[in-house]
Amino acid sequence: MSLLDSPALAYDAPANPWFSWQFVHDNRDQLLAALREHASLTAEAVLVASLVAIPLAVIAYWYRPLTGPILALSGVLYTIPSLALFAFLAPFIGIGRITVLVGLVLYALMMIVRNALTGLNQVPEDVLDAARGMGYGRFARLLRIELPLALPGILTGVRLATVSTVALTTVGVLVGHGGLGQLIFYGFRANYRAEIATATVAAVLLALLLDLVLLGLGRLVTPWARGSRA
Amino acid sequence: MNEFNQAITWLNDPLNWTNPGGIFDLLRQHLEITALAVLLGCLVALPLGLALGHFGRGGGLVVLVSNLTRAIPTIAVLSIFPLIRAIGIGMTAAVLALAIFAIPPLLANAYTGLREVDPEVREAARGMGLSGWQMLWRVELPLAVPYIAAGFRTAAVQVVATTSLAALAAGGGLGEIISLGFGLGLSVGGGQVLAGGFLIIALALLVEGGLALVQRVVTPRPLRRTFRSRPARLAAADNQ
Repeated sequence: MSLLDSPALAYDAPANPWFSWQFVHDNRDQLLAALREHASLTAEAVLVASLVAIPLAVIAYWYRPLTGPILALSGVLYTIPSLALFAFLAPFIGIGRITVLVGLVLYALMMIVRNALTGLNQVPEDVLDAARGMGYGRFARLLRIELPLALPGILTGVRLATVSTVALTTVGVLVGHGGLGQLIFYGFRANYRAEIATATVAAVLLALLLDLVLLGLGRLVTPWARGSRA
Repeated sequence: MNEFNQAITWLNDPLNWTNPGGIFDLLRQHLEITALAVLLGCLVALPLGLALGHFGRGGGLVVLVSNLTRAIPTIAVLSIFPLIRAIGIGMTAAVLALAIFAIPPLLANAYTGLREVDPEVREAARGMGLSGWQMLWRVELPLAVPYIAAGFRTAAVQVVATTSLAALAAGGGLGEIISLGFGLGLSVGGGQVLAGGFLIIALALLVEGGLALVQRVVTPRPLRRTFRSRPARLAAADNQ
């Protein structure tokens, strides 16, 4: 990677500022490339995780005996440190982008399943009763009543997973695909503050931006909840 | 499964355990960093959480702190602290950085624990003539113990897990085994990487299980059943 011999070393003169426009300007391309990798890893991970997690939550909701094992499994996963997870994946999947993606999907999956299940379980019983009385079948009930009513819970899970995934992606440095984490790591190695600070601020802003986008999206698709949700 | 055999061989070599900088040394360092970080987190978060909960103010602050720390990459904080001139590279930097991640669950649970105290109980305590301090110490705090214990457990498990990342910023701990293994390349160090991952997972699960037991013991029997749902822990579900 060309970042290893990046200008970081050249700038490591007596002055080692926490921020430098010069650095941002000179390394614009590398910063943008890292940001792009970071954003695309996050987006792919959350997307894949959502596509798997929501059906999984529905299965756990329909077949109650499966709720315990699914929650227990996600609880164990929650305890497994990210570094150890990547250490476990790397020897089998190899070193590369896909390893990071698999790890990120697993963590995001856990958060979305939990929140989606909470959302589904909060659908009021009398609403379900009314739906049954109106002759709704299982799938119609799911698509037209349960999922829409669980949407705020599901979206909370997706937002939580997104923000956490942005932070977690940095651990991908271990296998060389940490997005902005690469810059943090190289900045630390080169003892260059501005590189670390810039990448950190960029990561936090990315998390904030994605969170706001999802919040807005959530408000658009749940117009009925606008009054009650902050 | 070649790496798997390598990992077992690596773990079976007694020198890997007892050498200077071996597993035992790193484990001790790992636990030291974790303990100090959690302690520091407690010193900051518990008084603040109890005060906010007692006066019923600052719920927004608690949420803000936990949301903000979720968005900050651990590696960033672990890399920034060593570069602050007054701190320097080493264990102190790791402890300070990790204490930041211990604060949100402790703060949120202390606050929630005090807020969850039945208003009637407060009323009764006030009617008995207890002052603000007495109410906090004799009524609110004992009733909030299950929440605080849950917060402590979440914080400790999170920090013991996160301490493994300190190795990426020269902070030490068991993560060294993994980062050194990656440094050797997977064909040579793959077994070591796997062994390190195994050790860290075992430690995290052990701490989680041990503290679950402690949490159960310190929770008074009548409070156990009502607290089974552990709402605060779910809200703090976060992993780095």
